[in-house]
Amino acid sequence: MKIAISISGDHINAAFDPRFGRAPTFCLVDSESGAWSIHPNPAISSSGGAGIQAAQHIAKLGVQAVISGAFGPNAAQTLEAAGIKMFIAPTDESLTAAEVMQRFKSGQLSQIDQATHRGYHERSHG
Amino acid sequence: MIIAIASGKGGTGKTAIATSLALAAKRPLRFLDCDVEAPNAALFLKPKLEHRKPVGIPIPVIDEELCSYCGRCAAVCEFHAIAIMGNKSLIFPELCHGCGSCTLICPEHAIRERIDTIGVLEGGSALPEIQFAQGILNIGEPMAVPVIRELKKWSFPSPTGQINPIEQTSPASSNGLEIRDAPPGASCPVVETLRGADFAILVTEPTPFGYHDLRQVVEICRDLNIPAGVIINRDGIGEKTVEEFCASEGLPILMRIPLQRNLAQALAQGETIYTADVRFRAPFEQLLTKIRGIGHV
Ligand code: SF4
Ligand code: SF4
Repeated sequence: MKIAISISGDHINAAFDPRFGRAPTFCLVDSESGAWSIHPNPAISSSGGAGIQAAQHIAKLGVQAVISGAFGPNAAQTLEAAGIKMFIAPTDESLTAAEVMQRFKSGQLSQIDQATHRGYHERSHG
Repeated sequence: MIIAIASGKGGTGKTAIATSLALAAKRPLRFLDCDVEAPNAALFLKPKLEHRKPVGIPIPVIDEELCSYCGRCAAVCEFHAIAIMGNKSLIFPELCHGCGSCTLICPEHAIRERIDTIGVLEGGSALPEIQFAQGILNIGEPMAVPVIRELKKWSFPSPTGQINPIEQTSPASSNGLEIRDAPPGASCPVVETLRGADFAILVTEPTPFGYHDLRQVVEICRDLNIPAGVIINRDGIGEKTVEEFCASEGLPILMRIPLQRNLAQALAQGETIYTADVRFRAPFEQLLTKIRGIGHV
């Protein structure tokens, strides 16, 4: 299974970043082989709809699950439509992507099926 | 001539100044309260609001029968208001700016538009010849700009005849006067209010906050190429940074309004500066002449 983890950095040992839409990069890990790659988040500087944009991006990368610290309603809806499972990793332990992956494999992360927060003030004043 | 009155932050007495100018200026004139999130000029000018017009934006609706899930609509939307995931389409109306790009680009003509109401315009007259209009954004609705844009364009009937938008010309021209009370801040709604104005009156206070916010609005005026002048409210309460900034930027100081208890009380009761204190009559009456002079330079 291919899994995306929101991180800030360019290595599997870089820090986990709990902000799904605003994380600088995603680390893609193949849970069977352990192979990983880094993908910049195109939504990082968008003025609104970051969660949707990030979700569309990782869907294009062909992942089946995503691990972050929180998902807004729009991101959750988009990920759900793409059939991508959402998992929450702890935000208070300064984990690396590799450590997050370990916890995922040992079944310590909880899966969610809806938004963890009500979203931010999304529509910019255009 | 179109004059916009702006201030970086709220609570600088901007509306009291805008309404004072309306009372002092030669009428007829058109007054627009563009602070659509919290319009309050009506409290000062007490218009009879007789006309209403809802403002909406077109939101796309995708016909699943026709859609081929090609994803072009999602790709063209710069606000990420559409997501096409496999063969599911998602629309996020609260992100949509109603620009119509998605409808235009759809190769299957699968998108039609429905109108979502986001606010309302209200208009009428205040005193015989102040043609007053305000925009009101629905509570919780984040997009002020379309309401302000419609407000600027709105023509409505009045006892003195049809009220039409005034053309942007030059500060010196005499094709009528429009006064726009801008929202506080320095974001898109302020830009939209200032756009098309011939002159901007920037209201500030001689404090570090006042200075910081003034700089931001001055920048917008520069970008839009609108000449501006400054009114210092609560003059004498603080330091000289604002004055030094104005001097170095070549911004004329149009008026100083000292901190006075009687003014504060009058404003709290919905009175304008112009009516509350006779000493301000002449300065407000001369304000337009001053501005016309600056416009000529
Ligand atoms: S552009 Fe038209 S056909 Fe393509 S996904 Fe959007 S609505 Fe469907
Ligand atoms: S109308 Fe414009 S902003 Fe709205 S969804 Fe279509 S492209 Fe995006």
